[in-house]
Amino acid sequence: MPITLTVNRTPRTIETDADKPLLWVLREELALVGTKFGCGAGLCGACTVLLDGEAVRACQTPIADAAGKAIVTIEDVASLPVGKKVVAAWTALDVPQCGYCQAGQIMSATALLSRTPKPSADDITAGMSGNICRCATYLRIRKAILEAAGEAA
Amino acid sequence: MSTVSLNRRSFIAATIAGGAALTFEARLTLARAAAGTGEPALLGAFIHIAPDNTFIIEAKNPEIGQGIKTMLPMLIAEELDVSWSQIRIRQADTNEKLYGMQIAGGSWATPFNWMPARQAGAGARQMLVLAAEKLWGVPAASLTTEAGEVIHKASGRRATYASLAPEAVKIAAPDLEKVPLKSPETFRIIGKSQPGVDTPAIVRGAPLFGIDTRLPGMVYAAMVKCPVQGGTIRQFSDALVRQQRGISAVVPVNSGEVPAGKHDAVLIVADSWWRANKVREKLTVEWDSAAQAGFSTAGYAKQAAALLGSAPQSSLFKAGNADAALARAAKTITADYAYPILSHATLEPQNCTALMHADGKLEIWAPSQWPAEGIKDVARVMSIAPEAITVHLTRIGGGFGRRLMNDYMVMVAQAAKAMPGRPVQLIFDRTDDMRNDYYRPGGWHRLIAGIDASGAMIALKDHFITFGAGGKPIRAAEMNAHEFPGPVIADVDYGMSFIATNLATGWLRAPTSNAMAFVFQGFLAEVAAAAGLDLPELMRRTLGGPKMLPRAEEGEPEFSTARARGVIDAVCKFASWTGKPSTVKGKGRGFGFYFSHRGYFAEVVDVTVADGAVKVDKVWVAGDIGAQVINPLNAEHQMQGAAIDGIAQALVWQPIVQEAGAVAQENFLDFPMMRIEMAPEDVAITWVKTDNPPTGLGEPALPPVIPAIANAIHDATGKRLRTLPLQMS
Ligand code: FES
Ligand code: FES
Repeated sequence: MPITLTVNRTPRTIETDADKPLLWVLREELALVGTKFGCGAGLCGACTVLLDGEAVRACQTPIADAAGKAIVTIEDVASLPVGKKVVAAWTALDVPQCGYCQAGQIMSATALLSRTPKPSADDITAGMSGNICRCATYLRIRKAILEAAGEAA
Repeated sequence: MSTVSLNRRSFIAATIAGGAALTFEARLTLARAAAGTGEPALLGAFIHIAPDNTFIIEAKNPEIGQGIKTMLPMLIAEELDVSWSQIRIRQADTNEKLYGMQIAGGSWATPFNWMPARQAGAGARQMLVLAAEKLWGVPAASLTTEAGEVIHKASGRRATYASLAPEAVKIAAPDLEKVPLKSPETFRIIGKSQPGVDTPAIVRGAPLFGIDTRLPGMVYAAMVKCPVQGGTIRQFSDALVRQQRGISAVVPVNSGEVPAGKHDAVLIVADSWWRANKVREKLTVEWDSAAQAGFSTAGYAKQAAALLGSAPQSSLFKAGNADAALARAAKTITADYAYPILSHATLEPQNCTALMHADGKLEIWAPSQWPAEGIKDVARVMSIAPEAITVHLTRIGGGFGRRLMNDYMVMVAQAAKAMPGRPVQLIFDRTDDMRNDYYRPGGWHRLIAGIDASGAMIALKDHFITFGAGGKPIRAAEMNAHEFPGPVIADVDYGMSFIATNLATGWLRAPTSNAMAFVFQGFLAEVAAAAGLDLPELMRRTLGGPKMLPRAEEGEPEFSTARARGVIDAVCKFASWTGKPSTVKGKGRGFGFYFSHRGYFAEVVDVTVADGAVKVDKVWVAGDIGAQVINPLNAEHQMQGAAIDGIAQALVWQPIVQEAGAVAQENFLDFPMMRIEMAPEDVAITWVKTDNPPTGLGEPALPPVIPAIANAIHDATGKRLRTLPLQMS
């Protein structure tokens, strides 16, 4: 069954299994490998994308559920004004270590700041708790979110 | 890590071979340049000079997030005397003959490359200067360099390296041992913070990681592995699998961990990994794992308890007569410590891509921390020549020691062989990854110390129960015979007893040290309390005056008591340590020291204990890694990462549980990870600079934080926790 959705501002029609998770459609069929596979179970956040502006776990989103929706992935997040600030802060503070979690972190941070432009420490914890960083870049993640919010720490 | 020690020596030889390659490569490039191909001029294996006077520097080591892809080129660029903006860094393929040892392990890259990498840059610079001398007829001594140019101040003449390269490659490569190096005051790159070279690509989601490898016609493999490590396939049926759409092959493989001729996994290859993974349930396999089914967590604990009460099976270190000294001690302190089996849980699951070419050459794209070892493993298991194997290094989504092992490479290579001409990418799912690790071995210790009337330690015994085979510890399950404070106590007895396991074990960031620091610094805090001292003071007294204690193993440096004292004093000052017990209920402060991986680290933590939950509020770190911190921005990253990783080991990670031979853990629910809410407010760092060559930072800051937390919990609550993870109830 063909499924139509918008990915990074481009309309796409995909012929695939309805239960295939968005994560694997992005990685295997749309050559968008920036969205990462970490746990496949909604536990690590590595696969976070924006679906109609909300942060969702692409590994837990069957492609059929994304039909008619607009997806933003790490490859195009900087086209959003908030995403651009987040990416700039991440670069300026050199947040990544191995970098594997960082696409998911940036997507979650973008969703957080879109909802809550001036987040408190608790807002940051709540907004980012679903994203694991095995390298433990958490201190720079906190700083970068404050910097992107214009609340330089 | 004795196999690694051997390699460490061969690294020196390989480095010299790398030096020889400088001449060879230079000549080779001359021919190209003469033919006017516009190819960049090569000065040695590491440096390519492009016609526009930009420079490609090869980054030879695997990048796992430790920052090596940025740091090693910094050393070369500094001595080559180019500016950082003029260079582009390229990940080198695996070629130890050309580049020297290529490993992300042991925090070795800094100590082993500090001189050779600088010498490579300085040697190339010298060739360029000699080229200018020849062309301009002025003495080399009158020439200086800066930002990729040779300058003759007296005449105002300057020439770019690119313009000199055709002449420079004709000059014989200098003896790298004799090439003059910059003096540290003139460093322009070393010691200045450089952001990660891949950061801009990471934040735009560029394909960098092993799992991002995409090749024309590539197919994907999912794995059905024996749930019990060491078990093999008796028989399997893939009839139902082959009926599914998109399946291109079903290949039984040997992970390299079971005897030749046997298989312990089946790879299902399909046009989509998601599909291959989904149809795994259609495969029926009968496993042969009876020999392994008896191993379990409960069984290990029972054996350990029994062994602790008996005499050690073998002696590790003995001096004087510990029993006699304990008999005359004013006080004795006895305690049992234990730590569990752990998984590495790198965020990028194990994966690897391979392509068997028609001519029998095997090409591999691997997120491996030790690719040359992978080549050996593949060659052994598949009976092919190592020379037929090429390994391209990808960026790696976390290593922590897991990827020093190359099982994924061995398995995917066999699938590639079954379908020549087709690239195959194997990806472990999270459960595969957790159940097929090379686990950090658990261990148990019974410690007995004696102090005299003055509070001085006079005797120490440790009975270490560890995983072993044939009367020896297995990989990563060993203990340093000279574990501090053994060498400074007159009467010491360290003994070991062994428990068998079917689990494959391996190195986890700061291997053995991550466990021993907890055991020994936790226990020494108990001894200090019995002596009426705080731990820093007991450490000062036990370390005594400046001297060198025996090295942990061949090839490692000795333990300097002066450097240990340096960081202990520094952290006490930095954190305003008073040694006074906490006066606020639920708030506590603890100290830990450890020397490992050539680095001296003392750390203080503040914790809050409320409703049975422990939170680390802040960590203070004092570190001595020699005279030079090469990349301060990344050093901060490694300190934060190591300290928070230590907090995870102390408080968050749960033991790997084994039942009937099989690991029970499935995913991050039953192997929980450190999350942002558990990260401390700050990890504050102070460096103690000493006149020693710089050493690595990936590991040595991790171990001390674990006992520091245990000691802080004791300060906050009066409760002494002796088992990891630290749990209040
Ligand atoms: S891969 Fe989707 S949450 Fe982990
Ligand atoms: S940077 Fe490695 S997992 Fe976050």
